[in-house]
Amino acid sequence: MSVATQEKAKRPPSLLRAVAGAPRGLRWALLAAALAVTLWLPNGLYPAVAVDILCWALFAVAVDLLLGYTGLLSFGHAAFWGTSAYATGLVAIHAGVPFPVAVLAGALVAAALAAPIGYLAVRRTGIYFAMVTLAFAQMIYYIANNRRGLTGGENGLQSVPRELFGLDLTDAYYFYYAALPVVLLGLWAAWRIVHSPFGRVLVGIRDNPARARALGYPVHRYKLLAFVLSAFIAGLGGGLFAMAHRFVTLDTLHWTTSGKAVVMVVLGGIGTLWGGVLGAALLVRLEDWLSFSGFEAVGLVTGGLFIVVVLVFRRGLWGTAADLLRRRLNR
Amino acid sequence: MAETVLATHALTRDFRGFRAVDGVDLAVAAGTVHALVGPNGAGKTTLFNLLTGFLKPSGGRIEVAGRDITGLPPERIAALGVARSFQITSLFPMLSAREHVELALQGRGTLGWRFWRSAKLLGRYRARADELLAMVGLDELGEAPANALPYGRKRALELALALALDPDVLLLDEPTAGMGLEDVDRTVDLVDRVRAGRTVVLVEHNMSVVGRLADRVTVLQAGRVLAEGPYDEVRADERVITAYLGAADAAG
Repeated sequence: MSVATQEKAKRPPSLLRAVAGAPRGLRWALLAAALAVTLWLPNGLYPAVAVDILCWALFAVAVDLLLGYTGLLSFGHAAFWGTSAYATGLVAIHAGVPFPVAVLAGALVAAALAAPIGYLAVRRTGIYFAMVTLAFAQMIYYIANNRRGLTGGENGLQSVPRELFGLDLTDAYYFYYAALPVVLLGLWAAWRIVHSPFGRVLVGIRDNPARARALGYPVHRYKLLAFVLSAFIAGLGGGLFAMAHRFVTLDTLHWTTSGKAVVMVVLGGIGTLWGGVLGAALLVRLEDWLSFSGFEAVGLVTGGLFIVVVLVFRRGLWGTAADLLRRRLNR
Repeated sequence: MAETVLATHALTRDFRGFRAVDGVDLAVAAGTVHALVGPNGAGKTTLFNLLTGFLKPSGGRIEVAGRDITGLPPERIAALGVARSFQITSLFPMLSAREHVELALQGRGTLGWRFWRSAKLLGRYRARADELLAMVGLDELGEAPANALPYGRKRALELALALALDPDVLLLDEPTAGMGLEDVDRTVDLVDRVRAGRTVVLVEHNMSVVGRLADRVTVLQAGRVLAEGPYDEVRADERVITAYLGAADAAG
């Protein structure tokens, strides 16, 4: 406990905070560079891989909102990613609405599901919170597997239409640009939440829940709202994922999917927000490259990478980069 | 006698067969400074935690301004105008001193729920936050991260947080614990200034502080009320001298 407190004594590694002391020009240059990379991405990678990166980036940022800014490790976020994927697919199949509307509907279903799960889960912290979320996610998995009429069971939900005012989005290259606004909206929402009065309270609750309660903050209710918001953003990612692949499988609800999002956050840096984007890009690209090269033991390499990053860059890739930049600027 | 603002009736708390607070009847009159004293393990901090909802009583009742608050959670009790400080400094390591006070001021409104607005909105509390920081002698240190403050200044920030809630009842758990003489004097002056219009309950080991501030003193021993009355009266009580003051003198 005291060790954790000492570690927190240092200010969090935030590239934004590092840059906040930097000349305005540098800040805009970094933002412009990030935007340029985002716009160029499907030209440099397989477009389908670029789209996957977008989806997982939303998922990882959602997990970091809880893990990094609320101090809650959810090990069951696949429940929201997958539920939104199925809901988005079903809405698209049965309602034939433009795909962003279907994704939004899916994310709302995920948020609605998060309300009762969160209500019970936020009463616990640490490993118990992780286990409760995992248990709920497993329940959702089995329900999806059993309700074959709705979800297609092991066959998955097939032929999800990808509709946007009659535009031809069959090509992943074009779908990338169609999906990008939804992703940027989700990322902006996460940034807004972290830098809001609510976000300030969350950090207080994370660092000292007893003190926050003594100041009059209903800690459980704040955590619950953070949980629901996080599920909504994860749901945006999951819905887009369903649209990207045009089918939904049970894998989207599997516990390894929850684990993958957590790994992405740790790779990028816990409590850095954009670190999750970096972690998602790295992991998705690496997995694709390994499977394309015919290498079988993908987990061996990603697991090895995870261990190296955790041991060498304790603050994750983004956090370490922010530290280096800050030291440069302060010199 | 003035109206009772904080009262307990046969308040009891057990920890696995150990009775930390044992049938305590307490009546704190409005507008007074009421000190709780007693040797270590007498149940003072447990009593504080019961009064502020951090512990649930095993038996008995707690009333604030005639309203039964037994079993309410800490945030509800805080919202009813009962603020506390902590014996062991309890701050948010990442936030600056001013951000601490802003967070405390924000607690009463609904701003904390607005996840769609900018944190810059907290600027509306800035003037009041700076006033409070100046009041506790932290005016130069508003930007400093809390964990970088020296110990005495952390205690001062602890007080500023409780004051930010503008409470009717202010519960201070050893506000001068571990302080140097100069800081003790400053804290005593501060409590003397902010007591106007409030009721203060004070846990304190430093008898000179109790003597300077307290209108009434309750002496606890082994979870029970040993004696109660004005400071001079309690100080002269034989049982109290044996149980506490005598022991302290012998130790000193």
